[in-house]
Amino acid sequence: MKKIWNSKDLCALADHSEEELRVILDTATAFKGVGERNLKKVPALRGKTMVNLFVEPSTRTRISFELAAMRLSADVVNINASASSLEKGETLLDTARNLEALRVDLIVIRHKSAGSARFLADRLKASVINAGDGAHEHPTQGLLDAFTIREKLGTLEGVRVSIVGDILFSRVARSNIEILTKLGAKVTLVGPPTLVPKTFESLGVRVAHNIDEVIGESDVINLLRIQHERQKTEYFPGLGEYTARFGLTRKRAEQLKPECLIMHPGPMNRGVEIDSQVADGRSSVILDQVTNGLAVRMAVLYLCSGGAPFAPITAS
Amino acid sequence: MSESLHIQGGRVIDPANGIDEIRDLFVLDGRLVDKKSPGATLIDASGKVVTPGLIDIHVHFREPGQSHKETIESGSRAAAMGGFTTVVCMPNTNPVADSPATIAWIQEKAEKTACVNVFCTGAITRGIAGEEMAPIGALAAAGVVALTDDGHCVQNHGVMRRAVEYAKQFGLPIMDHCQEATLSADGVMNEGEWSTRLGLPGWPALAEDLIVARNILLAEETGHPIHCQHISSARSVRLLREARKRGVPITAEACPHHISLTDEGLKNFDTNFKVNPPLRTQADIDEIIKGIADGTITILASDHAPHAPYEKEVELDKAPFGMLGLETELAVFLEILLHQRKACTLPQVIAMLTVNPARLLGLDRGTLSLGAIADITILDPDLAWKYDKNDSPSLSRNTPFHGFSLRGRAVQTIVDGKTVWNLENGFSD
Repeated sequence: MKKIWNSKDLCALADHSEEELRVILDTATAFKGVGERNLKKVPALRGKTMVNLFVEPSTRTRISFELAAMRLSADVVNINASASSLEKGETLLDTARNLEALRVDLIVIRHKSAGSARFLADRLKASVINAGDGAHEHPTQGLLDAFTIREKLGTLEGVRVSIVGDILFSRVARSNIEILTKLGAKVTLVGPPTLVPKTFESLGVRVAHNIDEVIGESDVINLLRIQHERQKTEYFPGLGEYTARFGLTRKRAEQLKPECLIMHPGPMNRGVEIDSQVADGRSSVILDQVTNGLAVRMAVLYLCSGGAPFAPITAS
Repeated sequence: MSESLHIQGGRVIDPANGIDEIRDLFVLDGRLVDKKSPGATLIDASGKVVTPGLIDIHVHFREPGQSHKETIESGSRAAAMGGFTTVVCMPNTNPVADSPATIAWIQEKAEKTACVNVFCTGAITRGIAGEEMAPIGALAAAGVVALTDDGHCVQNHGVMRRAVEYAKQFGLPIMDHCQEATLSADGVMNEGEWSTRLGLPGWPALAEDLIVARNILLAEETGHPIHCQHISSARSVRLLREARKRGVPITAEACPHHISLTDEGLKNFDTNFKVNPPLRTQADIDEIIKGIADGTITILASDHAPHAPYEKEVELDKAPFGMLGLETELAVFLEILLHQRKACTLPQVIAMLTVNPARLLGLDRGTLSLGAIADITILDPDLAWKYDKNDSPSLSRNTPFHGFSLRGRAVQTIVDGKTVWNLENGFSD
């Protein structure tokens, strides 16, 4: 098989072709089996060192990357911003150069500045994997969401995906838009005009401000977390009104197609963007997303380290 | 000391006097005279264009206080290399140029180190904080040519109104950096498709438009001239056009980057494209060029804003706003306005870089009248060249134009009758 993945970095899904994104998903399919085994480890990255450089708080993504690296037999170091020299005024570039001087092979970065992963990737020989840069992208989240939809529905072609919530400040939304539109899904963004401005239409998606108009037609509904910590000014009057207008309440859930997938990138605000029972219901694939995230991250670490892609596994 | 020049055979363009013809110019003791002096140095300008020394009314030379970015000396050399004989410095130095002492310091430093004429602006408010009026009378007496809080915009309309009214008694024009802060908020680039794609906080054109509208109303109300700096938005141009038709004493300037680059330039998070106000869209560029062509915008300037490499070599949202401009300014204006868009004639471009800014600020420059100070630029409007930032005399390197192929540049810069730079031999000192 021709080698399609040639990048040492994964900074943004916008940087990659449909073909490259399919290679990651196919490789992730192969790796998913590793996690189901009794011995959950392969030697693919033995002798490689990965640093989790998390300059912004995260639990699930950091642990997911850490486990992904461990299952590939890489050595892992975690750095928390509050305990790092960044707190003492060292620049991001200097911190990263120090890591490189320690011969680290992979740097997984989460940072509040959009473009920070690209900034490092352009300046370092080490592989740089974006684990979320401001409101820009969260590529592995976009990949795992696409992976989950493809796994459950068999394809992304023509699938109607509604992404609901704080789109403006969401890196998850941007990575989802990139991969879903490239792989043929029809994406609708839903939320108040302040959080879902019309400019998003230039990204090849539909914008809607009334969830009840799109709920019945959706094959997938992806509910984004309302990010309290990002609301510096008033984008909507309050959580109560948000839930009333855009929350996936039990009543609204009844309008969904029976086979519609309910997704959430976590962490959830139960009772705000999603009803608690709905979150735990039959249609929810929220925990599948978490499981798949590990496989996707193994694939990304493996490919960015120069591993040969796995052939696609055709659905029977 | 008697020095004389004979500039021979050039196409002399002197918009102040409506001149555009092949003729010779003569200089004696730093002044333009009507005949050749014995022993005059011959400068062959045939095939070239001879204009009044170019004027840039919007530069940041960073002294006092930020001499790691630029000094008056290094900045003035960049000016000379770009064909500029006169610059007007913005007051956002450290300390801010809001007192006669700081103005005197800058003037003295310029006297000792600058190879071009350096004029000062004073702040409108103390510390450019937008709250208390700066000592405007004392600044006028110290010789500032205008007042501005550039880098900031006076948000309080009451403060701005009183400052305009107060400045009027000294005949000091007000220049304003138009940015409504609650709308621009923490924006780092134009709010639009690219900020949406990149997830970067947007700085909407609306924030500029609102202050341009405010300034139009204040200029109309007070009858005192207000100059809107570095216009970036299409709607601002339309507001200005309408106001100028009604005779409101409002003027505006455009910068090279706002007619040549769009916000797409930021797609790789290159901080050299981060500037305030931000690069906007092709529609904005088109309207600004239309405004330049129809006389809505009458002044061209660079907003030369040096920053040290280590300051720009950071995450995009942490990088300071601003880019170098003086060396590429004339070339970008000629490339876009003359060669690519054919929006203006060469004399029109020269007017916007000479007599128009001189008239706004009451400078005794920008003309080739007999008896005038002999600030002269010789340029070749068609010369094709490639800009290399590493050739820059600036202390900084923050330019988005590195490697650009451009047409038109200055070939000789004469200040007070003395050649300070020419393309062949570089600087004279």
